[in-house]
Amino acid sequence: MGIVKASRLVHEYIRRDEEGNVESIQTALDGLDFDVKAGDFIAVLGHNGSGKSTLAKHINALLLPSGGTLWVDGKDTSDSGNVSAVRRQAGMVFQNPDNQIIGSVVEEDVGFGPENLGIPSEEIWIRVEESLKSVGMLRYRSHSPNRLSGGQKQRVAIAGILSMEPKCIVLDEPTAMLDPSGRQEVLEAVHALNRQKGITVLWITHYMEEVVHADVVYVMDQGRIVMQGKPREIFSRVEELREHRLDVPQITLLAHELNQAGLAVGEGTLTREELKDALVRLYGSRA
Amino acid sequence: MIRDITIGQYYPADSVIHRLDPRVKLMGALLYMVSLFLFQGLAGLLLITVFLAACIGLSKVPLSYMVRGLRAIVALLVFTSVFHLFLTPGEHVLFRFGIVSITMEGVANAVFMLFRLIYLIVGTSIMTLATTPNALTDGLEKALRPLEKIRVPVHAIAMMMSIALRFIPILIEEVDLIMKAQMARGADFENGSLIKRVKNMIPLLVPLFVSAFRRADDLAMAMEARCYVGGAGRTKMKPLRYAKRDYVAYLILAAYLAGVIALRAV
Repeated sequence: MGIVKASRLVHEYIRRDEEGNVESIQTALDGLDFDVKAGDFIAVLGHNGSGKSTLAKHINALLLPSGGTLWVDGKDTSDSGNVSAVRRQAGMVFQNPDNQIIGSVVEEDVGFGPENLGIPSEEIWIRVEESLKSVGMLRYRSHSPNRLSGGQKQRVAIAGILSMEPKCIVLDEPTAMLDPSGRQEVLEAVHALNRQKGITVLWITHYMEEVVHADVVYVMDQGRIVMQGKPREIFSRVEELREHRLDVPQITLLAHELNQAGLAVGEGTLTREELKDALVRLYGSRA
Repeated sequence: MIRDITIGQYYPADSVIHRLDPRVKLMGALLYMVSLFLFQGLAGLLLITVFLAACIGLSKVPLSYMVRGLRAIVALLVFTSVFHLFLTPGEHVLFRFGIVSITMEGVANAVFMLFRLIYLIVGTSIMTLATTPNALTDGLEKALRPLEKIRVPVHAIAMMMSIALRFIPILIEEVDLIMKAQMARGADFENGSLIKRVKNMIPLLVPLFVSAFRRADDLAMAMEARCYVGGAGRTKMKPLRYAKRDYVAYLILAAYLAGVIALRAV
């Protein structure tokens, strides 16, 4: 069993009227099965309403399954005795950086998690320093979060999770409210954590560009995982991705169109350099 | 105008005042307020002025930061001093016009009241400018801990306060944003009668509340995700411990208050 494992995971949002009768049922997760290997960088892609945020909240036991089972680090999240252990192992970063920072000073916010866990003060200081260092925010430790940029705030939020020393971090569209440079900054910080500390990452997004360097990509649509594989495999199925209302990165799209037009540059091209090399291979001798 | 409120705006600096235990600063602010309403005569005012100036100097917070808070209460200042000026009965009449009269006592009262209010705002803003809101609520929490015995949820109150303080600047920014958005759609916040202006606030307040509730929901979830389950079993990153300087500060405060009281008799 991997660090996060789901078996026939179902979640239904049930809307009731004033008398408590069921008005409507909306199935957000519809029988998910997956198994995340510890240390992997998993990207979860899906357009709005595909159920990816609901999934994120399950991994942190903020929502409990309506059916099926989810294990985090071998613990069943629906068992109320496991909630605190699950939240310790699976940290969560949300979309809006302002709404998840509790402290008025960066370091106090990073210390909030360990305080809740009952860690002794001396140890909290060590953890705070280390967490801030690993996201490159140590310089701002005594600043007010209000004066930071979006990307910096989001890195503080990540440090706030790191200080609880989780095995796994779930990021629910962490870049949706950031500008392109902030987006890059957060993505790089999380990749570094994944590489250097071996923390499992579940990166939830609808920006295709962000999943290029992931180990595994899950594509979600209507509460199901409809595609699963390495980024290159996923991106080579351009038509299928479009069916699930996802935009393919421009480079991949260009390579796809070239292939369609009869130039064998190879499907699933992810970066500019790759496409350039492929073109040079084809035409380089003549140029 | 809303931007001028300085309460809850921490000014980071490294000063003696910043390093004092928040309980000392809370007590200090309380005693300072008491002294403002106790003092009589010029000598008392002078002592308070010296004390205030010393605190400002020690805090290393630019004076302009504290004075900014005053702009929000200019109307109140004018109002109270005018009232005191005209409505204080006294023997030494300086000026009389019909039923309106200004007396020597009225002038003195107005001046003292003006000083009181200005000093009150400036003095208490030192506390909030030189203490992180978290330290402040920690101080309150610890100072009020005995109330837990009579089932006052001290921790919950302190947590609510610190969150409120954290979100004040964010909500102020949001008010600005919504105001601009509504003005771009033709809303008018500045003209018309008072009733009309109050009515015009509705398109400002509704979106503000909606967004505040959304933020509260998000924040509650983020706190839960970080294993927050209330005060029980929590440790502190910065536990409050009195240092030598804190005891010294208490002594100075006691001496100051005694001084103000002694000068009353003069």
